[in-house]
Amino acid sequence: MEPVVDIRHLDISFATDAEPVVAVRDLSLSVKPGEVLAIVGESGSGKSVTAKAILGLLPETATETGIVLVGANNVVELSKKRLREIRGVDVAMVFQEPSTALNPVYTVGWQIAEGLRAHGKYTRKQARAKAIEILGKVGIPEPGERVDYYPHQFSGGQKQRAVIAMALVLEPDVIVADEPTTALDVTVQAEILDLLRRCRDEFGAAIILITHNMGVVADLADRVAVMYNGEVVEQAEVHDLFAHPREDYTKRLLAAVPKLGTAVALTRARAAGRPTVEAAPVVAAEHLVIEYAGRLGRRGFRAVDDVSFEIHAGEVLGLVGESGSGKTTIGRAIGGLTRVTGGSLKVLGQEMNGISEHRFRPLRGDIGFVFQDPASSFNPLLTIAECVAEPLVVHGRADDAAAARGRVNELLEAVQLPKSYGDRYPHELSGGQRQRASLARALALEPTLLIADEPTSALDVSVQARVLELFSELQKEFGFAALFISHDLAVVDLLADRIAVLYQGKLVEEGTGAEVLVAPKHPYTQRLLASLPVPDPVEQAIRREKLRTLQTEE
Amino acid sequence: MTAEPTIKRPRIWSRLPVIHQLRQSVGLQRGMLIVGLTITGIFILTAIFAPLIAPYGFAQLQDAHGDFGAQDPPGGKHLLGTTVGGYDVLSRVIWGAQTALLAILVAVVLSVFLGIVLGVVSGYIGGWLDRVLVVIADAVYAFPTLLLAIVSAIIISQGQSNLFGGILAAGLSITVVFIPQYFRVIRAEAVRIKSEAYVESAKVVGTGVIRIMFRHVLRNATRSLPLIITLNASEAIFTLAALGFLGFGIEPNSAAEWGYDLNKSISDVTSGIWWTSIFPGMAIVLVVLGVTLVGESLNDLADPRLRTRRRAVGVTTLGTISVQGGGALDDEVVDIDELEA
Repeated sequence: MEPVVDIRHLDISFATDAEPVVAVRDLSLSVKPGEVLAIVGESGSGKSVTAKAILGLLPETATETGIVLVGANNVVELSKKRLREIRGVDVAMVFQEPSTALNPVYTVGWQIAEGLRAHGKYTRKQARAKAIEILGKVGIPEPGERVDYYPHQFSGGQKQRAVIAMALVLEPDVIVADEPTTALDVTVQAEILDLLRRCRDEFGAAIILITHNMGVVADLADRVAVMYNGEVVEQAEVHDLFAHPREDYTKRLLAAVPKLGTAVALTRARAAGRPTVEAAPVVAAEHLVIEYAGRLGRRGFRAVDDVSFEIHAGEVLGLVGESGSGKTTIGRAIGGLTRVTGGSLKVLGQEMNGISEHRFRPLRGDIGFVFQDPASSFNPLLTIAECVAEPLVVHGRADDAAAARGRVNELLEAVQLPKSYGDRYPHELSGGQRQRASLARALALEPTLLIADEPTSALDVSVQARVLELFSELQKEFGFAALFISHDLAVVDLLADRIAVLYQGKLVEEGTGAEVLVAPKHPYTQRLLASLPVPDPVEQAIRREKLRTLQTEE
Repeated sequence: MTAEPTIKRPRIWSRLPVIHQLRQSVGLQRGMLIVGLTITGIFILTAIFAPLIAPYGFAQLQDAHGDFGAQDPPGGKHLLGTTVGGYDVLSRVIWGAQTALLAILVAVVLSVFLGIVLGVVSGYIGGWLDRVLVVIADAVYAFPTLLLAIVSAIIISQGQSNLFGGILAAGLSITVVFIPQYFRVIRAEAVRIKSEAYVESAKVVGTGVIRIMFRHVLRNATRSLPLIITLNASEAIFTLAALGFLGFGIEPNSAAEWGYDLNKSISDVTSGIWWTSIFPGMAIVLVVLGVTLVGESLNDLADPRLRTRRRAVGVTTLGTISVQGGGALDDEVVDIDELEA
């Protein structure tokens, strides 16, 4: 069969203020009709740039050589006018972030019709009918009514469905999906992956799936291309790749993906090592309620609703939940960044309900905080050493950053960063290194409690694996209690002694990893577990069926 | 992690504002910036060395050979002719640069500090203080600059106009109107930065409010200041000239001032005497143009989306891959921000 997309010897480079940067090198790929090709790689591997090149969407600063055949057209050499003609009809795109890919001031129906009108004559009525039809096909309930809704009236998953509908409406031969599920929760991700599978089965479209998530690859792809540093290092059929990876890089990548259920023994060993005589818990929440004030005359939003839990000294509690479940709010409340509005929250013996900043400040030295995005949690104008020294200076342990340098060097060594990195600015470090520096800063005052809010979700898998390893080593060494917040069950499983599952502000289940992950009791936990794609195509197919039966039962 | 690669960091002087932008600009944007910088540079040099460059004093009416004579055409002893009052036009134009520069300095210095401090405090602390300050700033905004300048000119100079009074009047009136501008820009930045993770991380460490405000917020909020300063500078010149033109400026015997000369040349225009109005007018236009060009180019260069770059050529000949994964497996340090920009 003729391939629908055929890329041969593609080179792409970008002009920057300094040297030109090569993003893709000698890349050759082809996609057959009705096939799902996954391009996997970590950030900077050139996978998104490749996707954009297929649609001719590269910015002005890019220079490309080589051939990108879409059908019979070479995209590299097409005029802007011809490019417009083939976009949408021959090849369509699904973006990562559905909430920014839709224009907030137009209805979803209008935006779908916009694509139709660009490629043919449709009366308003015909376009609308077509939009309703396609919205129905991508599984939006009551499409006749919802075609007139604005994007903000849809949920995240529905928005992504609408974006996919926009891509499907002209029945393209190829859909390029750039991280289509990264911004979505696990349970929603499963639904969108299902929909993409139907795009192939029912619409016959080939899909080029760009992703960093091995679970998603195992779930959807027929063939996989692994990219590293702008080059394809390995291309194989999906079962082959997962069963017998050939290249070292692929092996390391697969090994770095955290898997569920591998940490039970680890947890048991840690629990045995902890003293059984328990002092007062480090954190104790009883019927904790946190509400955000609503606008005048409206009820506030209840982010955390009647939650009770305890964290004991030296223990790691993993807090799992999807976006909006209130997990970050709980972390912020313990860190004194968000006000507690009801119930009781005791942190290091201090009641947080109604506490003033003034009285809480001395306690802050005992609480370390690691933020989600290492890129933004450092003041860009201070060096790493100055940033790490901040807590020491603020709490009077050192007069200034220079005086604290000795201690800072110790800390940097503890997180396995060379001392000389202290003189660098945050932007001169990679994501993983920054997150390690962030750990060093959190540990500067030897806190008894560490709050880590999604510390690895902005990192690549291989980097994530090393940061997690470091985290557990440091925890063993320093013996702090920790609240580890994450949306990723597998990550929490690796680190946490106990796991608490939050759903819409309520604590639905709590227990050890073995209890929660192996034999979940609450239906939400069951669904969450079943939705999590595992990096193994054979096992994932079985899990998919299980999820389907679970959904039909509900 | 034993290898400690050294990072090539640009030298201090090339990271200074303006010079940094000059180095990174190309093409038309570079041309605009260079033209602006040249004009501004000439203006500043003229102002500083006015006593050396100008053939006569600004209030000089005669030399050893007697009176200059009024409305002499350009040529001979007076390169650009003389005015109706008998002053040398060239000398007046050159000395005028000094007055204009002083007005700019006074206006910028007075408004920058107050505006910035108010902006940071208001933006970071927020609440009722913020609301009150914003309302006041908006109210001041509604004032016409010139009216304010006239009022302050009268108050400061008490009817007698001298160099100091005139400059202060122009400077103060601009200050009053421009404080809200600095205030707004810095406040907006402070509000944005307040929710950045590094401010929160300073907060959870237990950092005091003042330390957060000045160490973390203010230092990151000054990005757009060079731009506003240049725009304010041109406005300062305009206001000073307008004051002079309206007769509230500086008397010719205390300082040279372009607006005043323009005012006195109105009647000359109809009688075909062009040199008394063209030269001071040109001086005003050129200086404002130069300063504005600098400001506009700085603005364009500060925004990566507006900034043009050299095109990458000869891709295939490049030997090595310059992109590394985000430090993925071997944890090498790279700056992928450039790619995203």
